[in-house]
Amino acid sequence: MKIEVLGSGCAKCKTLEANVREAVSELAIDAEIVKVDDFAEIAKFGVMMTPALVVDGEVKLVGKVPGKDEIKNILTS
Amino acid sequence: MNWDLIKVFADWLTYGVFGLEEGTHAGDALDFFIYDVIKIFLLLAVMIFLVSYIRTYITPEKARKFLGDKTGIQYNFLAALVGVVTPFCSCSSVPIFIGFVGAGVPLGVTFSFLITSPMVNEAAVAVLGGVIGWTATLVYVISGVLIGTFGGYFIGKMNLEHLVEEFVFKTFVGEGMDPETMAWQERRDWAWGETMDIVKRVWPYIIIGVGVGALFHGYAPEGIMAEYAGKENLFAVPVAVGLGVPLYSNVMGLIPIAESLIGKGLPVGTALAFLMSVTALSLPELIILKKVLKTKLIMIFVAIVATGIVITGYMFNWIL
Repeated sequence: MKIEVLGSGCAKCKTLEANVREAVSELAIDAEIVKVDDFAEIAKFGVMMTPALVVDGEVKLVGKVPGKDEIKNILTS
Repeated sequence: MNWDLIKVFADWLTYGVFGLEEGTHAGDALDFFIYDVIKIFLLLAVMIFLVSYIRTYITPEKARKFLGDKTGIQYNFLAALVGVVTPFCSCSSVPIFIGFVGAGVPLGVTFSFLITSPMVNEAAVAVLGGVIGWTATLVYVISGVLIGTFGGYFIGKMNLEHLVEEFVFKTFVGEGMDPETMAWQERRDWAWGETMDIVKRVWPYIIIGVGVGALFHGYAPEGIMAEYAGKENLFAVPVAVGLGVPLYSNVMGLIPIAESLIGKGLPVGTALAFLMSVTALSLPELIILKKVLKTKLIMIFVAIVATGIVITGYMFNWIL
């Protein structure tokens, strides 16, 4: 599974990345977590509000920081 | 809402519980502080919640589809209106810029959005309304929309596409995701989350701002601002706009300070010009915009917006 966290380094983006890492380690799944901070790359996903969460190339969340449990739901669904 | 109740409470706390004497500097300052802090936080919470709820219906993705690729001043006006209700923080200005321009929204129309969006936001409107008054707030909102409309229109007329970094036009912009499927409970929870998030982020600035404002209110001599920065001093408005550029994240805290300055005779137009400059022309945002705009276009943007704000300031000093 490939998880991408889109964001240009604002405080919210860092929180999202930290939450994702926690969720992944608690679920004990095999996932690659990548931080995308290049604006052109972010735009390619059509995302205009950061942070955003992309799982296997699909945009799952835009412009908000979900809690650990919400991330777990997204990753397991 | 009836603010008298808060006034009674602030008076009771200041003069009853803390035992300060009415009419003293310390009493005035503390009374002002308690009253303002309670009022601002109530207004902020209600306003941010309402606007965040509405916002779950209006996303930048929808705004982009709605604006399309049409030019004409009516689209600049629409883009400025969209800017009033869509979320904005300086960290999303560049993704929105690429998302709009890359998808074919004209440069001038995009700028109308980019100018108005940070200037008119619900948190600033709530604090302005509660602290400085709703007439001045209405003036602020209308001016913000007009500066965005005409500023974007002029930038569009100047054909400055060559001053935008090449890659913006070449970027393939994806569809994004459609958040239409939210239930009302989700909208409510999202709005509540936003409210908490913004209040958590701005409360220290508000406390400090009200504190400084309260000290100024209690201790500064009457009419001191009228003496040095009154209407007859024509430099006051441009200086206020210049001072606003390096100050950014503190706009919530600056509003109560502006209130106390108005109380000591600073003309309302000058105060509004200062606050507009703080929000619309922020140094961190200008630096971020350098990733997509050449320096010359950033300078044109600053010049047009600053001129608009200065004209607004003079106009309201003259009318109000």
